[in-house]
Amino acid sequence: MTKGSYMSTRMHARVKNNIFDVLMLTRRNLKRYIRIPQLLVFSTVQPVMFLLLFNYVFGGAISISTGTGSYIEFLLPGILMQVALFGSTATSVGLADDLSKGMVDRFRSLPIARSSVLAGRTSADLIRNLFVVLLMVGVGTLLGFRFQGGFFHGVAALVLVLLFGYSFSWISATIGLTVRDPETVQVASFIWIFPLVFASGAFVPVQTMPSWLQDFAAHQPVTVTVDALRSLMLYGTTDYIGQALLWIAGILIVFILLAVRAYKRIT
Amino acid sequence: MDAITVNNVSKRFGDVRALRHVSLSIPEGKVYALLGPNGAGKTTLIKILTTLLAPDSGSVAVGGYDVVENPRQVRRIIGLAGQFAAIDDHLTGRENLEMVARLYHLSRRQARERARSILEQLDLAGAANRTGRTYSGGMRRRLDLGASFITSPRILFLDEPTTGLDPRGRAELWQVIRGLILEGTTLQLTTQNLEEAEELADRIAIIDHGQVIAEGTAAELKDRIGGSVLEFRIPSDGNLEKAMAATSDLFTGQAEADAAVMRISGAVDSTSQALKEVVRRLDREQIRIADIHLRRPTLNEVFLALTGKEAEE
Repeated sequence: MTKGSYMSTRMHARVKNNIFDVLMLTRRNLKRYIRIPQLLVFSTVQPVMFLLLFNYVFGGAISISTGTGSYIEFLLPGILMQVALFGSTATSVGLADDLSKGMVDRFRSLPIARSSVLAGRTSADLIRNLFVVLLMVGVGTLLGFRFQGGFFHGVAALVLVLLFGYSFSWISATIGLTVRDPETVQVASFIWIFPLVFASGAFVPVQTMPSWLQDFAAHQPVTVTVDALRSLMLYGTTDYIGQALLWIAGILIVFILLAVRAYKRIT
Repeated sequence: MDAITVNNVSKRFGDVRALRHVSLSIPEGKVYALLGPNGAGKTTLIKILTTLLAPDSGSVAVGGYDVVENPRQVRRIIGLAGQFAAIDDHLTGRENLEMVARLYHLSRRQARERARSILEQLDLAGAANRTGRTYSGGMRRRLDLGASFITSPRILFLDEPTTGLDPRGRAELWQVIRGLILEGTTLQLTTQNLEEAEELADRIAIIDHGQVIAEGTAAELKDRIGGSVLEFRIPSDGNLEKAMAATSDLFTGQAEADAAVMRISGAVDSTSQALKEVVRRLDREQIRIADIHLRRPTLNEVFLALTGKEAEE
Protein backbone atom coordinates (compact mmCIF):
# COMPACT_ATOMS: atom_id res chain seq x y z
CA MET A 1 0.00 0.00 0.00
CA THR A 2 1.40 3.41 -0.93
CA LYS A 3 1.68 6.10 1.64
CA GLY A 4 -0.93 8.22 -0.14
CA SER A 5 -3.63 5.57 -0.07
CA TYR A 6 -2.81 4.78 3.56
CA MET A 7 -3.36 8.44 4.41
CA SER A 8 -6.61 8.59 2.49
CA THR A 9 -7.85 5.44 4.25
CA ARG A 10 -7.08 7.08 7.56
CA MET A 11 -8.81 10.30 6.52
CA HIS A 12 -11.78 8.27 5.41
CA ALA A 13 -11.97 6.50 8.77
CA ARG A 14 -11.70 9.79 10.59
CA VAL A 15 -14.54 11.39 8.61
CA LYS A 16 -16.68 8.31 9.20
CA ASN A 17 -15.97 8.49 12.94
CA ASN A 18 -16.79 12.21 13.05
CA ILE A 19 -20.14 11.67 11.36
CA PHE A 20 -20.86 8.83 13.77
CA ASP A 21 -20.01 11.05 16.76
CA VAL A 22 -22.28 13.84 15.52
CA LEU A 23 -25.13 11.35 15.08
CA MET A 24 -24.61 9.97 18.61
CA LEU A 25 -24.65 13.45 20.11
CA THR A 26 -27.65 14.53 18.03
CA ARG A 27 -29.55 11.52 19.29
CA ARG A 28 -28.57 12.33 22.85
CA ASN A 29 -29.85 15.92 22.47
CA LEU A 30 -33.13 14.80 20.90
CA LYS A 31 -33.84 12.26 23.65
CA ARG A 32 -34.53 15.17 25.98
CA TYR A 33 -37.72 15.89 24.00
CA ILE A 34 -38.84 12.30 24.28
CA ARG A 35 -38.10 12.18 28.03
CA ILE A 36 -39.85 15.49 28.80
CA PRO A 37 -42.77 15.59 26.38
CA GLN A 38 -44.06 18.72 28.13
CA LEU A 39 -41.07 20.58 26.72
CA LEU A 40 -42.09 19.79 23.15
CA VAL A 41 -45.78 20.38 23.84
CA PHE A 42 -45.29 23.82 25.36
CA SER A 43 -42.66 24.90 22.89
CA THR A 44 -45.06 24.05 20.05
CA VAL A 45 -48.18 25.48 21.71
CA GLN A 46 -46.48 28.88 21.78
CA PRO A 47 -46.01 29.33 18.01
CA VAL A 48 -49.48 27.90 17.33
CA MET A 49 -50.81 30.54 19.73
CA PHE A 50 -48.86 33.25 17.87
CA LEU A 51 -50.27 32.06 14.58
CA LEU A 52 -53.87 32.10 15.88
CA LEU A 53 -53.53 35.43 17.69
CA PHE A 54 -51.84 37.22 14.81
CA ASN A 55 -54.31 35.85 12.30
CA TYR A 56 -57.48 36.68 14.23
CA VAL A 57 -56.42 39.75 16.22
CA PHE A 58 -54.33 41.68 13.68
CA GLY A 59 -55.52 39.94 10.50
CA GLY A 60 -58.44 42.27 9.90
CA ALA A 61 -56.40 45.41 10.29
CA ILE A 62 -53.34 44.23 8.39
CA SER A 63 -54.82 42.49 5.37
CA ILE A 64 -55.82 45.91 4.02
CA SER A 65 -52.20 46.91 3.50
CA THR A 66 -50.64 43.58 2.48
CA GLY A 67 -52.29 43.39 -0.90
CA THR A 68 -52.64 39.59 -0.66
CA GLY A 69 -56.07 38.04 -0.56
CA SER A 70 -56.14 37.11 3.10
CA TYR A 71 -53.73 37.76 5.96
CA ILE A 72 -52.95 34.06 6.53
CA GLU A 73 -51.18 33.92 3.16
CA PHE A 74 -48.98 36.79 4.18
CA LEU A 75 -48.62 35.59 7.77
CA LEU A 76 -47.62 31.92 7.50
CA PRO A 77 -44.20 32.50 5.86
CA GLY A 78 -43.51 35.08 8.59
CA ILE A 79 -44.55 32.70 11.34
CA LEU A 80 -42.31 29.98 9.89
CA MET A 81 -39.40 32.41 10.12
CA GLN A 82 -40.29 33.28 13.70
CA VAL A 83 -40.52 29.60 14.65
CA ALA A 84 -37.14 28.85 13.08
CA LEU A 85 -35.47 31.80 14.80
CA PHE A 86 -37.00 31.23 18.23
CA GLY A 87 -36.11 27.55 17.84
CA SER A 88 -32.48 28.42 17.19
CA THR A 89 -32.19 29.98 20.67
CA ALA A 90 -32.47 26.43 22.08
CA THR A 91 -28.91 25.90 20.83
CA SER A 92 -27.43 28.49 23.18
CA VAL A 93 -29.45 27.35 26.17
CA GLY A 94 -28.54 23.71 25.57
CA LEU A 95 -24.84 24.46 25.25
CA ALA A 96 -24.77 26.75 28.29
CA ASP A 97 -26.55 24.03 30.24
CA ASP A 98 -23.98 21.41 29.18
CA LEU A 99 -21.18 23.79 30.08
CA SER A 100 -22.50 24.56 33.55
CA LYS A 101 -23.10 20.88 34.32
CA GLY A 102 -19.64 19.72 33.26
CA MET A 103 -20.91 17.71 30.26
CA VAL A 104 -18.75 19.76 27.92
CA ASP A 105 -15.63 18.90 29.94
CA ARG A 106 -16.53 15.24 29.70
CA PHE A 107 -17.02 15.48 25.92
CA ARG A 108 -13.79 17.43 25.51
CA SER A 109 -11.86 14.71 27.33
CA LEU A 110 -13.11 12.07 24.86
CA PRO A 111 -11.25 11.20 21.64
CA ILE A 112 -13.82 12.97 19.42
CA ALA A 113 -13.51 16.06 17.20
CA ARG A 114 -14.11 19.29 19.05
CA SER A 115 -16.64 20.42 16.44
CA SER A 116 -18.82 17.34 16.87
CA VAL A 117 -20.39 18.57 20.12
CA LEU A 118 -21.46 21.79 18.37
CA ALA A 119 -22.59 19.96 15.25
CA GLY A 120 -24.57 17.48 17.36
CA ARG A 121 -26.33 20.31 19.14
CA THR A 122 -27.20 22.36 16.04
CA SER A 123 -28.33 19.23 14.16
CA ALA A 124 -30.69 18.29 16.99
CA ASP A 125 -32.17 21.78 16.93
CA LEU A 126 -32.55 21.55 13.15
CA ILE A 127 -34.58 18.36 13.50
CA ARG A 128 -36.68 19.91 16.23
CA ASN A 129 -37.28 22.93 13.95
CA LEU A 130 -38.34 20.60 11.14
CA PHE A 131 -40.98 19.13 13.42
CA VAL A 132 -42.32 22.52 14.50
CA VAL A 133 -42.26 23.96 10.96
CA LEU A 134 -44.30 21.01 9.65
CA LEU A 135 -46.74 21.45 12.51
CA MET A 136 -47.16 25.13 11.67
CA VAL A 137 -47.75 24.33 8.02
CA GLY A 138 -50.48 21.92 9.16
CA VAL A 139 -52.15 24.50 11.37
CA GLY A 140 -51.76 27.16 8.66
CA THR A 141 -53.49 24.87 6.17
CA LEU A 142 -56.41 24.50 8.57
CA LEU A 143 -56.63 28.30 8.70
CA GLY A 144 -56.88 28.49 4.93
CA PHE A 145 -53.30 28.73 3.72
CA ARG A 146 -52.55 27.12 0.35
CA PHE A 147 -49.19 26.57 -1.37
CA GLN A 148 -50.16 28.45 -4.52
CA GLY A 149 -46.63 28.23 -5.85
CA GLY A 150 -46.86 24.47 -6.19
CA PHE A 151 -45.48 21.49 -4.30
CA PHE A 152 -41.79 21.70 -5.21
CA HIS A 153 -41.56 25.42 -4.57
CA GLY A 154 -43.28 24.79 -1.24
CA VAL A 155 -40.69 22.14 -0.30
CA ALA A 156 -37.91 24.50 -1.36
CA ALA A 157 -39.39 27.17 0.92
CA LEU A 158 -39.38 24.81 3.90
CA VAL A 159 -35.77 23.83 3.19
CA LEU A 160 -34.86 27.51 2.98
CA VAL A 161 -36.47 28.41 6.31
CA LEU A 162 -34.79 25.44 8.00
CA LEU A 163 -31.42 26.44 6.57
CA PHE A 164 -31.98 29.95 7.85
CA GLY A 165 -32.81 28.63 11.32
CA TYR A 166 -29.75 26.37 11.17
CA SER A 167 -27.46 29.32 10.39
CA PHE A 168 -28.94 31.19 13.36
CA SER A 169 -28.25 28.16 15.57
CA TRP A 170 -24.56 28.91 15.07
CA ILE A 171 -25.03 32.54 16.16
CA SER A 172 -26.89 31.16 19.12
CA ALA A 173 -24.10 28.65 19.81
CA THR A 174 -21.55 31.46 19.83
CA ILE A 175 -23.67 33.39 22.33
CA GLY A 176 -24.21 30.35 24.53
CA LEU A 177 -20.49 29.60 24.67
CA THR A 178 -19.65 33.23 25.43
CA VAL A 179 -22.35 34.03 28.00
CA ARG A 180 -22.32 30.52 29.56
CA ASP A 181 -24.92 30.96 32.30
CA PRO A 182 -28.09 29.15 31.08
CA GLU A 183 -30.57 31.65 32.54
CA THR A 184 -28.69 34.71 31.31
CA VAL A 185 -28.44 33.09 27.89
CA GLN A 186 -32.20 32.66 27.74
CA VAL A 187 -32.79 36.35 28.48
CA ALA A 188 -29.96 37.47 26.19
CA SER A 189 -31.37 35.48 23.25
CA PHE A 190 -34.55 37.48 23.13
CA ILE A 191 -32.73 40.79 23.07
CA TRP A 192 -31.34 40.11 19.61
CA ILE A 193 -34.05 37.80 18.27
CA PHE A 194 -37.07 40.05 18.96
CA PRO A 195 -35.97 43.13 17.00
CA LEU A 196 -34.86 40.93 14.11
CA VAL A 197 -38.21 39.14 13.93
CA PHE A 198 -40.52 42.09 14.58
CA ALA A 199 -38.64 44.89 12.80
CA SER A 200 -38.93 42.89 9.59
CA GLY A 201 -41.44 42.08 6.91
CA ALA A 202 -42.44 38.89 8.76
CA PHE A 203 -45.81 40.12 10.04
CA VAL A 204 -46.48 43.47 8.36
CA PRO A 205 -45.34 45.10 5.12
CA VAL A 206 -42.14 47.08 5.69
CA GLN A 207 -43.68 50.10 3.87
CA THR A 208 -46.00 50.73 6.82
CA MET A 209 -43.02 51.47 9.14
CA PRO A 210 -41.44 54.89 9.76
CA SER A 211 -38.79 55.60 7.15
CA TRP A 212 -35.78 55.32 9.53
CA LEU A 213 -36.92 51.83 10.51
CA GLN A 214 -37.64 50.86 6.91
CA ASP A 215 -33.97 51.27 6.05
CA PHE A 216 -33.06 48.61 8.58
CA ALA A 217 -36.12 46.42 8.14
CA ALA A 218 -35.97 46.21 4.36
CA HIS A 219 -32.38 45.02 4.23
CA GLN A 220 -31.98 42.74 7.21
CA PRO A 221 -31.79 38.98 6.58
CA VAL A 222 -35.17 38.08 8.10
CA THR A 223 -37.03 40.34 5.64
CA VAL A 224 -35.01 39.16 2.66
CA THR A 225 -35.59 35.52 3.55
CA VAL A 226 -39.29 35.91 4.35
CA ASP A 227 -39.73 37.64 0.97
CA ALA A 228 -38.00 34.68 -0.65
CA LEU A 229 -40.38 32.35 1.20
CA ARG A 230 -43.44 34.28 0.00
CA SER A 231 -42.16 34.28 -3.51
CA LEU A 232 -41.76 30.47 -3.43
CA MET A 233 -44.88 29.61 -1.45
CA LEU A 234 -47.36 32.04 -2.99
CA TYR A 235 -46.15 32.71 -6.52
CA GLY A 236 -43.84 29.84 -7.39
CA THR A 237 -41.08 32.32 -8.28
CA THR A 238 -37.53 32.50 -6.99
CA ASP A 239 -37.17 36.22 -6.19
CA TYR A 240 -34.81 37.08 -3.32
CA ILE A 241 -33.55 33.48 -3.07
CA GLY A 242 -30.02 34.39 -4.11
CA GLN A 243 -29.84 37.14 -1.48
CA ALA A 244 -31.30 34.88 1.21
CA LEU A 245 -28.80 32.11 0.42
CA LEU A 246 -25.95 34.62 0.53
CA TRP A 247 -27.01 35.74 4.00
CA ILE A 248 -27.26 32.13 5.16
CA ALA A 249 -23.84 31.24 3.75
CA GLY A 250 -22.28 34.36 5.25
CA ILE A 251 -23.75 33.73 8.70
CA LEU A 252 -22.69 30.06 8.59
CA ILE A 253 -19.10 30.83 7.61
CA VAL A 254 -18.61 33.59 10.19
CA PHE A 255 -20.39 31.98 13.11
CA ILE A 256 -19.15 28.41 12.66
CA LEU A 257 -15.65 29.85 12.93
CA LEU A 258 -16.56 32.01 15.94
CA ALA A 259 -18.41 29.19 17.71
CA VAL A 260 -15.58 26.70 17.22
CA ARG A 261 -13.10 29.29 18.44
CA ALA A 262 -15.24 30.00 21.54
CA TYR A 263 -15.50 26.25 22.14
CA LYS A 264 -11.74 25.82 21.99
CA ARG A 265 -11.24 28.67 24.40
CA ILE A 266 -13.38 27.22 27.16
CA THR A 267 -11.35 27.11 30.35
CA MET B 1 8.30 4.48 32.95
CA ASP B 2 6.42 7.40 34.42
CA ALA B 3 2.76 7.61 33.44
CA ILE B 4 2.72 11.37 33.79
CA THR B 5 5.57 13.90 33.66
CA VAL B 6 4.88 17.53 34.39
CA ASN B 7 7.85 19.75 33.64
CA ASN B 8 7.96 23.35 34.86
CA VAL B 9 4.34 24.15 33.97
CA SER B 10 2.88 27.62 34.49
CA LYS B 11 -0.61 28.91 33.75
CA ARG B 12 -2.02 32.37 34.21
CA PHE B 13 -5.62 33.65 34.05
CA GLY B 14 -5.39 37.42 33.72
CA ASP B 15 -3.64 38.55 36.88
CA VAL B 16 -4.08 35.25 38.68
CA ARG B 17 -1.10 32.92 38.50
CA ALA B 18 -2.98 29.63 38.73
CA LEU B 19 0.14 27.47 38.40
CA ARG B 20 3.75 28.47 38.97
CA HIS B 21 6.59 26.25 37.73
CA VAL B 22 4.95 22.97 38.70
CA SER B 23 6.99 19.82 38.15
CA LEU B 24 5.83 16.32 39.05
CA SER B 25 6.31 12.77 37.93
CA ILE B 26 3.80 10.07 38.56
CA PRO B 27 4.83 6.42 38.20
CA GLU B 28 2.72 3.93 36.27
CA GLY B 29 0.23 2.01 38.37
CA LYS B 30 0.39 4.32 41.39
CA VAL B 31 -2.18 6.51 43.06
CA TYR B 32 -1.17 10.12 43.32
CA ALA B 33 -3.10 12.76 45.24
CA LEU B 34 -2.95 16.50 44.70
CA LEU B 35 -3.89 17.97 48.04
CA GLY B 36 -4.66 21.62 48.53
CA PRO B 37 -7.25 24.20 49.55
CA ASN B 38 -9.85 25.69 47.22
CA GLY B 39 -8.26 27.78 44.50
CA ALA B 40 -4.81 26.23 44.93
CA GLY B 41 -4.61 25.29 41.25
CA LYS B 42 -5.51 21.59 41.47
CA THR B 43 -8.30 21.72 38.90
CA THR B 44 -6.20 23.83 36.53
CA LEU B 45 -3.48 21.18 36.64
CA ILE B 46 -5.98 18.36 36.03
CA LYS B 47 -7.43 20.28 33.07
CA ILE B 48 -3.97 20.67 31.58
CA LEU B 49 -3.21 16.97 32.09
CA THR B 50 -6.48 15.98 30.41
CA THR B 51 -5.95 18.31 27.38
CA LEU B 52 -8.83 20.64 28.31
CA LEU B 53 -6.44 23.56 28.84
CA ALA B 54 -3.08 24.37 27.31
CA PRO B 55 -0.25 25.40 29.62
CA ASP B 56 1.32 28.86 29.07
CA SER B 57 4.78 27.37 29.45
CA GLY B 58 6.39 24.08 30.38
CA SER B 59 5.57 20.64 29.03
CA VAL B 60 3.37 17.73 30.03
CA ALA B 61 3.52 14.13 28.86
CA VAL B 62 0.70 11.72 29.65
CA GLY B 63 1.35 8.07 28.80
CA GLY B 64 4.34 9.23 26.76
CA TYR B 65 2.30 11.65 24.60
CA ASP B 66 2.70 15.42 24.77
CA VAL B 67 -0.66 16.96 25.72
CA VAL B 68 -0.25 19.93 23.38
CA GLU B 69 1.25 18.11 20.39
CA ASN B 70 -0.81 14.97 20.60
CA PRO B 71 -4.06 15.64 22.47
CA ARG B 72 -6.04 13.03 20.54
CA GLN B 73 -3.64 10.26 21.52
CA VAL B 74 -3.81 11.38 25.14
CA ARG B 75 -7.61 11.36 25.12
CA ARG B 76 -7.60 7.75 23.93
CA ILE B 77 -5.80 6.49 27.04
CA ILE B 78 -7.29 8.64 29.80
CA GLY B 79 -10.55 8.89 31.67
CA LEU B 80 -11.76 12.00 33.50
CA ALA B 81 -14.33 12.48 36.23
CA GLY B 82 -14.51 16.24 36.68
CA GLN B 83 -15.61 18.30 39.63
CA PHE B 84 -19.26 18.13 38.54
CA ALA B 85 -20.92 14.79 38.08
CA ALA B 86 -21.20 15.07 34.30
CA ILE B 87 -24.20 12.91 33.61
CA ASP B 88 -27.18 13.65 31.39
CA ASP B 89 -30.32 14.12 33.49
CA HIS B 90 -32.58 12.98 30.69
CA LEU B 91 -30.80 9.75 29.84
CA THR B 92 -31.02 6.65 31.99
CA GLY B 93 -27.97 5.42 33.88
CA ARG B 94 -27.43 2.74 31.26
CA GLU B 95 -27.84 5.19 28.35
CA ASN B 96 -25.35 7.58 29.92
CA LEU B 97 -22.68 4.88 30.06
CA GLU B 98 -23.52 3.47 26.62
CA MET B 99 -23.27 6.93 25.06
CA VAL B 100 -19.78 7.50 26.45
CA ALA B 101 -18.73 3.99 25.41
CA ARG B 102 -20.01 4.58 21.87
CA LEU B 103 -18.13 7.89 21.69
CA TYR B 104 -14.98 5.87 22.45
CA HIS B 105 -16.09 3.84 19.40
CA LEU B 106 -16.88 0.61 21.15
CA SER B 107 -19.34 -1.48 19.17
CA ARG B 108 -22.97 -1.46 20.22
CA ARG B 109 -22.58 -4.91 21.80
CA GLN B 110 -19.36 -4.02 23.63
CA ALA B 111 -20.94 -0.80 24.89
CA ARG B 112 -23.97 -2.60 26.22
CA GLU B 113 -21.81 -5.24 27.88
CA ARG B 114 -19.46 -2.68 29.51
CA ALA B 115 -22.36 -0.55 30.74
CA ARG B 116 -23.99 -3.60 32.29
CA SER B 117 -20.90 -4.77 34.14
CA ILE B 118 -20.02 -1.27 35.39
CA LEU B 119 -23.55 -0.64 36.68
CA GLU B 120 -23.23 -3.91 38.57
CA GLN B 121 -19.79 -3.00 39.90
CA LEU B 122 -21.09 0.40 41.09
CA ASP B 123 -24.15 -1.13 42.70
CA LEU B 124 -26.38 0.81 40.31
CA ALA B 125 -27.90 -2.15 38.45
CA GLY B 126 -31.25 -1.55 40.15
CA ALA B 127 -31.32 2.06 38.91
CA ALA B 128 -30.01 1.29 35.42
CA ASN B 129 -33.24 2.26 33.67
CA ARG B 130 -34.01 5.35 35.71
CA THR B 131 -33.15 8.78 34.31
CA GLY B 132 -30.20 10.66 35.78
CA ARG B 133 -32.31 13.27 37.46
CA THR B 134 -33.81 10.72 39.83
CA TYR B 135 -30.31 9.82 41.12
CA SER B 136 -29.03 10.94 44.52
CA GLY B 137 -25.78 12.89 44.81
CA GLY B 138 -23.80 9.75 45.63
CA MET B 139 -25.36 7.78 42.76
CA ARG B 140 -24.56 10.60 40.31
CA ARG B 141 -20.93 10.59 41.42
CA ARG B 142 -20.67 6.84 41.05
CA LEU B 143 -22.24 6.91 37.59
CA ASP B 144 -19.90 9.72 36.57
CA LEU B 145 -16.96 7.70 37.83
CA GLY B 146 -18.25 4.71 35.88
CA ALA B 147 -18.34 6.78 32.69
CA SER B 148 -14.73 7.82 33.26
CA PHE B 149 -13.42 4.24 33.34
CA ILE B 150 -15.78 2.72 30.79
CA THR B 151 -12.89 1.77 28.48
CA SER B 152 -10.57 0.75 31.36
CA PRO B 153 -8.22 3.67 30.61
CA ARG B 154 -4.56 3.40 31.52
CA ILE B 155 -4.69 6.67 33.43
CA LEU B 156 -7.66 7.97 35.32
CA PHE B 157 -8.13 11.52 36.61
CA LEU B 158 -10.59 12.22 39.41
CA ASP B 159 -11.11 15.86 40.35
CA GLU B 160 -12.41 16.04 43.93
CA PRO B 161 -14.37 12.81 43.55
CA THR B 162 -16.07 12.94 46.93
CA THR B 163 -16.65 16.66 47.49
CA GLY B 164 -20.21 17.25 48.64
CA LEU B 165 -20.88 13.65 49.60
CA ASP B 166 -21.96 12.51 53.05
CA PRO B 167 -19.63 10.10 54.93
CA ARG B 168 -21.52 7.07 53.66
CA GLY B 169 -21.40 8.21 50.05
CA ARG B 170 -17.72 8.96 50.49
CA ALA B 171 -17.02 5.50 51.90
CA GLU B 172 -18.90 3.88 49.01
CA LEU B 173 -16.92 5.83 46.47
CA TRP B 174 -13.63 4.99 48.16
CA GLN B 175 -14.50 1.34 47.83
CA VAL B 176 -15.01 1.70 44.08
CA ILE B 177 -11.75 3.61 43.75
CA ARG B 178 -9.86 0.93 45.72
CA GLY B 179 -11.21 -1.64 43.24
CA LEU B 180 -9.72 0.37 40.37
CA ILE B 181 -6.40 0.60 42.18
CA LEU B 182 -6.31 -3.18 42.48
CA GLU B 183 -6.80 -3.43 38.71
CA GLY B 184 -3.57 -1.46 38.29
CA THR B 185 -5.00 1.78 36.90
CA THR B 186 -2.75 4.80 37.34
CA LEU B 187 -4.84 7.23 39.30
CA GLN B 188 -4.42 10.92 39.79
CA LEU B 189 -6.92 12.47 42.16
CA THR B 190 -7.34 15.87 43.73
CA THR B 191 -8.81 16.40 47.14
CA GLN B 192 -9.19 18.95 49.90
CA ASN B 193 -9.60 16.10 52.29
CA LEU B 194 -6.52 14.79 54.09
CA GLU B 195 -8.08 11.55 55.18
CA GLU B 196 -8.92 10.84 51.56
CA ALA B 197 -5.34 11.45 50.43
CA GLU B 198 -3.98 9.29 53.23
CA GLU B 199 -6.53 6.50 52.61
CA LEU B 200 -6.07 6.20 48.87
CA ALA B 201 -2.79 7.65 47.69
CA ASP B 202 0.71 6.20 47.41
CA ARG B 203 2.16 9.69 47.05
CA ILE B 204 0.84 13.13 47.86
CA ALA B 205 1.74 16.55 46.49
CA ILE B 206 0.62 19.49 48.60
CA ILE B 207 -0.25 22.38 46.34
CA ASP B 208 -0.96 25.95 47.42
CA HIS B 209 -1.14 29.21 45.46
CA GLY B 210 -0.23 27.36 42.29
CA GLN B 211 2.95 25.83 43.65
CA VAL B 212 3.87 22.38 44.84
CA ILE B 213 5.13 23.06 48.35
CA ALA B 214 5.75 19.48 49.46
CA GLU B 215 5.75 16.07 47.88
CA GLY B 216 6.14 12.54 49.19
CA THR B 217 4.39 9.66 50.92
CA ALA B 218 2.14 10.50 53.87
CA ALA B 219 4.86 9.25 56.24
CA GLU B 220 7.57 11.35 54.54
CA LEU B 221 5.40 14.46 54.71
CA LYS B 222 4.85 13.88 58.41
CA ASP B 223 8.59 13.61 58.96
CA ARG B 224 9.08 16.92 57.23
CA ILE B 225 7.71 18.97 60.10
CA GLY B 226 10.14 17.60 62.64
CA GLY B 227 8.68 14.25 63.48
CA SER B 228 6.68 14.95 66.66
CA VAL B 229 3.83 17.00 68.00
CA LEU B 230 3.80 18.13 71.59
CA GLU B 231 0.37 18.60 73.02
CA PHE B 232 -0.72 19.66 76.52
CA ARG B 233 -3.91 20.66 78.30
CA ILE B 234 -4.34 22.85 81.38
CA PRO B 235 -7.30 22.87 83.81
CA SER B 236 -10.38 24.83 82.71
CA ASP B 237 -9.74 27.62 85.23
CA GLY B 238 -6.17 28.15 83.91
CA ASN B 239 -4.86 30.99 81.74
CA LEU B 240 -4.32 29.64 78.20
CA GLU B 241 -2.81 32.88 76.84
CA LYS B 242 -0.21 32.94 79.58
CA ALA B 243 0.64 29.30 78.89
CA MET B 244 0.99 30.09 75.16
CA ALA B 245 3.24 33.09 75.83
CA ALA B 246 5.48 31.00 78.09
CA THR B 247 5.97 28.12 75.65
CA SER B 248 5.41 29.34 72.05
CA ASP B 249 9.13 29.75 71.25
CA LEU B 250 9.74 26.05 71.93
CA PHE B 251 7.69 24.93 68.92
CA THR B 252 9.37 24.68 65.51
CA GLY B 253 6.32 26.06 63.70
CA GLN B 254 3.27 27.94 64.76
CA ALA B 255 1.60 26.46 67.87
CA GLU B 256 -2.13 26.16 67.98
CA ALA B 257 -4.30 27.02 70.99
CA ASP B 258 -7.76 25.47 71.35
CA ALA B 259 -9.65 27.34 74.09
CA ALA B 260 -12.62 24.95 73.97
CA VAL B 261 -10.56 22.11 75.42
CA MET B 262 -7.78 24.32 76.96
CA ARG B 263 -5.18 22.69 74.72
CA ILE B 264 -1.98 23.88 73.07
CA SER B 265 -0.29 21.82 70.39
CA GLY B 266 2.50 22.25 67.88
CA ALA B 267 5.40 20.61 66.16
CA VAL B 268 8.66 20.14 68.03
CA ASP B 269 12.06 18.87 67.10
CA SER B 270 12.04 15.26 68.26
CA THR B 271 15.66 15.40 69.41
CA SER B 272 15.04 18.48 71.56
CA GLN B 273 14.29 18.66 75.22
CA ALA B 274 10.98 20.45 74.49
CA LEU B 275 8.85 18.24 76.73
CA LYS B 276 11.06 18.76 79.76
CA GLU B 277 11.35 22.49 79.05
CA VAL B 278 7.55 22.97 78.69
CA VAL B 279 7.02 21.31 82.06
CA ARG B 280 9.75 23.46 83.67
CA ARG B 281 8.34 26.75 82.27
CA LEU B 282 4.72 26.04 83.12
CA ASP B 283 5.85 25.14 86.62
CA ARG B 284 7.74 28.43 86.87
CA GLU B 285 4.59 30.36 85.75
CA GLN B 286 2.60 28.31 88.25
CA ILE B 287 0.34 26.89 85.55
CA ARG B 288 -0.88 23.40 86.36
CA ILE B 289 -0.84 20.69 83.67
CA ALA B 290 -3.88 18.44 83.12
CA ASP B 291 -2.27 16.28 80.44
CA ILE B 292 0.90 16.33 78.34
CA HIS B 293 2.30 14.03 75.66
CA LEU B 294 4.34 13.70 72.48
CA ARG B 295 2.82 12.07 69.37
CA ARG B 296 3.24 11.68 65.59
CA PRO B 297 1.72 14.62 63.65
CA THR B 298 -1.48 14.25 61.67
CA LEU B 299 -1.47 15.16 57.99
CA ASN B 300 -3.65 18.12 58.91
CA GLU B 301 -0.85 19.52 61.02
CA VAL B 302 1.58 19.04 58.17
CA PHE B 303 -0.83 20.96 56.00
CA LEU B 304 -1.23 23.73 58.55
CA ALA B 305 2.51 24.04 59.06
CA LEU B 306 3.15 24.24 55.31
CA THR B 307 0.26 26.39 54.11
CA GLY B 308 -0.64 28.37 57.24
CA LYS B 309 -4.25 27.26 56.99
CA GLU B 310 -6.49 24.39 57.98
CA ALA B 311 -7.42 21.74 55.44
CA GLU B 312 -11.04 20.84 55.05
CA GLU B 313 -12.15 18.55 57.89
